[in-house]
Amino acid sequence: MYDLIVVGGGHAGCEAAHIGAVLGLKTALVTANIKNIADMPCNPSIGGTAKGIIVREIDALGGLMGIVADKSHFQIKMLNNGKGPAVRSLRAQADKITYPKNMLAALKNTSNLEIIESMVEDLIVDNSQVKGIILSDGTKISSKAVILTTGTYLKGNILIGSQNTPGGPHGEARSNYLSDNLKKYGLSIQRLKTGTPPRIKASSIDFSVMQEELGDDTYHTFSFDTEPLYEINKQQKCYLLYTNEQTHQIIRDNLSKSAMYGGYVTGVGPRYCPSIEDKIVRFADKKRHQLFLEPESIYYDEWYLQGFSTSMPIDIQEKMVHSLPGLENAEITKYAYAIEYDAIDPLQMKPSLENKVIANLFTAGQINGTSGYEEAAAQGLIAGINAHHKIKNIEPLILKRNEAYIGVLIDDLVTKGTAEPYRMLTSRAEFRLILRHDNADLRLRKIGYENGTIDDIRYQKLLLKENQINELKNILRNTNLSLNPKTEEIFKKYAIAIPKSSISLYLLLKRPEITIDFLKEIIPLDYEPSILEEVEIEIKYEGYIAKSYKEAEKMLKLEEKLIPEDLNYQDVINLASEARQKLEKIRPKSIGQAARISGVNPSDIAILSVYLKRKYNK
Amino acid sequence: MSDTICAIATARGVGAISIIRVSGPEAIATVAKIFDGKDLTKVKSHTIHYGHIISQNEIIDEVLVSIMKAPKTYTTEDVVEINTHGGIAPTKKVLEILLENGLRLAEPGEFTKRAFLNGRLDLTEAEAVEELINSETDLERKLALNTINGKISKKIKKVRDIIIDLIANIEVNIDFPEYEDALQITLDNLPPKLTEIKKELESLLEESKVGTLISQGIKVAIVGKPNVGKSSLLNTLLKENKAIVTDIAGTTRDIVEGEIELKGIRLKFIDTAGIRNTTDVVEKIGVDKSLTMIDEADLVIHVLNNNEEYTEEDAQINAKLQNKVHITYVNKNDLPAKLKIENSHVIYGNTLTLEGIEPLKNKIIELFDLDKINTSNIEVISSIRVINLIKEALNSINNALNNIAQNIPVDMLAIDIKHAWDLLGEITGETYQDELLDTLFSKFCLGK
Repeated sequence: MYDLIVVGGGHAGCEAAHIGAVLGLKTALVTANIKNIADMPCNPSIGGTAKGIIVREIDALGGLMGIVADKSHFQIKMLNNGKGPAVRSLRAQADKITYPKNMLAALKNTSNLEIIESMVEDLIVDNSQVKGIILSDGTKISSKAVILTTGTYLKGNILIGSQNTPGGPHGEARSNYLSDNLKKYGLSIQRLKTGTPPRIKASSIDFSVMQEELGDDTYHTFSFDTEPLYEINKQQKCYLLYTNEQTHQIIRDNLSKSAMYGGYVTGVGPRYCPSIEDKIVRFADKKRHQLFLEPESIYYDEWYLQGFSTSMPIDIQEKMVHSLPGLENAEITKYAYAIEYDAIDPLQMKPSLENKVIANLFTAGQINGTSGYEEAAAQGLIAGINAHHKIKNIEPLILKRNEAYIGVLIDDLVTKGTAEPYRMLTSRAEFRLILRHDNADLRLRKIGYENGTIDDIRYQKLLLKENQINELKNILRNTNLSLNPKTEEIFKKYAIAIPKSSISLYLLLKRPEITIDFLKEIIPLDYEPSILEEVEIEIKYEGYIAKSYKEAEKMLKLEEKLIPEDLNYQDVINLASEARQKLEKIRPKSIGQAARISGVNPSDIAILSVYLKRKYNK
Repeated sequence: MSDTICAIATARGVGAISIIRVSGPEAIATVAKIFDGKDLTKVKSHTIHYGHIISQNEIIDEVLVSIMKAPKTYTTEDVVEINTHGGIAPTKKVLEILLENGLRLAEPGEFTKRAFLNGRLDLTEAEAVEELINSETDLERKLALNTINGKISKKIKKVRDIIIDLIANIEVNIDFPEYEDALQITLDNLPPKLTEIKKELESLLEESKVGTLISQGIKVAIVGKPNVGKSSLLNTLLKENKAIVTDIAGTTRDIVEGEIELKGIRLKFIDTAGIRNTTDVVEKIGVDKSLTMIDEADLVIHVLNNNEEYTEEDAQINAKLQNKVHITYVNKNDLPAKLKIENSHVIYGNTLTLEGIEPLKNKIIELFDLDKINTSNIEVISSIRVINLIKEALNSINNALNNIAQNIPVDMLAIDIKHAWDLLGEITGETYQDELLDTLFSKFCLGK
């Protein structure tokens, strides 16, 4: 008997099992193959726009991904550095050997956590509540809660051209019956599709004709608690190359052979991550498309051809790859494939990630219709915390849209559902100026502490940081620029106009040409770079940040207008029938959430508000 | 929401035909009960039937009844419209009978509110209906009808589309930073794009001025010293133009002496004292009063007496007119000229002989470009709420433009641009906000 069973050892499963165990639950992680713990079957990177911020949030809440990624990459860079603080995000080229190894070590180092190698094919469900799992050999294991993080393994189908092979990534065994059994319990299942590009043997690539892509020359870490473990000048290079007319011609000539275009795929693929044949068809006027070559690991000789995902048959893939400059003699070590898999309709989840049909059952990751290691890990973390809270009868942790990208992610899933694998984008977050890379700890560490996932030491560290930020702001507020030959010299050195009157350093910093580093020359500011950065952003962009907080407050007001969970929507006369159906299915917690449901129009919201006012506010 | 409501739906006045509108699930059955003619519960939708309204075996009025079944009706509910023929008294009686039969009198704007809530109208359209009810000139009616057809929504959507294209481009830059095929939006190439949006918004505002003219009319103040002929000028103008008799109480926002229509635009002669059309009230208005009236007016007619010298008081009034659209009307041109003034907008006339009245009207047409309005395509914005939202959106775009000079990064500017987009969405109701509905529907007046 366990408190918690986590089914699946991918990025969602690892976080879920780890945090459950940290919170004191007797936890079992069941995976079909222990070698595939924290496997990275697609791109060899962690982070990216928005996703990098999710990794920081996971770290702020006590998750593992940031710490493990910091130990396991061979290149890291800050994306959007030139665009502004709201959209900066880290991306690391993670090593496909060391990342899983370090994750497994972290799990093994977690007390209360046991790893079981087996295939799960059914649940024990009693009176609409999950009581445990049934393995493929019929063994039953009981538990108080179950988290399913099955990734692409539910009825996975690998598609290469017209060839269709049942299986998960790497040709692993798939779960044949679990999704049918879920259907049996009343869950609705949808079919999704994703794909991965070919891998190329490094020694067969002529890198000399490609453009180098380097890591940053400043140090970065995902985690708020780790020091950089790499050397800047030992980072690995990636390379940029382009498709050409010959490549496009090959693809056009063979379109009908592609699994996608030949009609062999039923699943819906992601729009933001199209296959190369998709790109050629949809953007016919483009003369070339960008591709990147990224090493998968420093321990083996295989490179990932990013941007070239395809479901063409093997012989066509050979021709396509060989048409690329520098890859004329390339040896393909793994062919590209598309994979179809079963996922549940995320509208069947509560915002806690608990299932609405089966109590104490939680789901996280690709089974919920998302895509990406980071999105999966974030859900795993929240599912783990909320499984614990459910068992212990504590209110679930539901992050708001103005608190975290994780909040946006889960709210989108349970409110809007998804017809394609869902990937986080900064544009999905209406308050992204608040949800920054730099302030993830300031936003979430306290929440982690209150939920038991952040220990005292890390919490004290947060309080110290908060104090220092306030202290530094006060110093800048209370120090006026004293103009004397020495300071004037500094202005001249930076070719900045000397202010006519003596203003506070706080106001001075608001000027476009003044940076905190400049102020450091004027007065000694002995603070960590992270403190200086935070204060600089908060002062420089104070106006816009304040505006975002104001907008967020408006949203929160609508979130506070609660809708009773048992509301009978049939009683609300005049709702449009589509809106009524959606509302009945989704059962939004608040008017704010209801307003975000597609197909629920302002007029429906008005009707619903009036109804609630009449019925409950008398 | 489920009850059945009724109200007199035609505009105030003493027209021969009035319409009583009934909407809700009991509409057809209730009217059928008091109707002597065909069995209305059995007739087809969207048909008209002749008969009588009866009460206690007595014929109340001869009527035509239109039956319109849900959902293709104004409110999307079952709607019955009763055309009564006997004037105000029988119409009121029919309404009373309906109320006695269990229907509820509609609240102000409730039919429109239902139409909006049932998804039949968007917000600009709902507002336009209010204006249609209040419209008194043909031009106003046209303007109101155009808005109902969603033309304003279309214009707003056009600007929103331009904005969303820009936002999308910025978002692609941010979310796919390594993607080279999209134009990189930078502080250098952003200003022309924002300026284009700014111009679109400004031209919407420019058009709205015309809309305001049409829907609000021109408020005219006739000012001057006592006994220069202010009231004779007013009476002459009113008589000349078969003045529209206005049911003042409760319908007009300003207290007016009277109205005339000029090129389809209403000229409303204001009397801030609120004293109605007694014979010589206008005459008694002194200089102090004149000065306060000037503030309220869109157009001031300063009346002078040709037979008197220009006094300190005249100068005082004239000084106040410098920032106002104004015309100087020199009355009593048949008497010896003692007045010496120089002013570009002077008209000499005589209210006794009607001399100078036509030139005066032509001057007004010229000053307000009224000829242009009449011929141009009437698709303009007249609701204060809409105008304010466009102004706010414009402010937001201007804010972004100003901050470019401050080197504020594009991801921040995107907040302003997005804000403008949301504000424009509020016009057509695409962005939901609670307070919006409350203020909007409290504005509607009873009857529609």
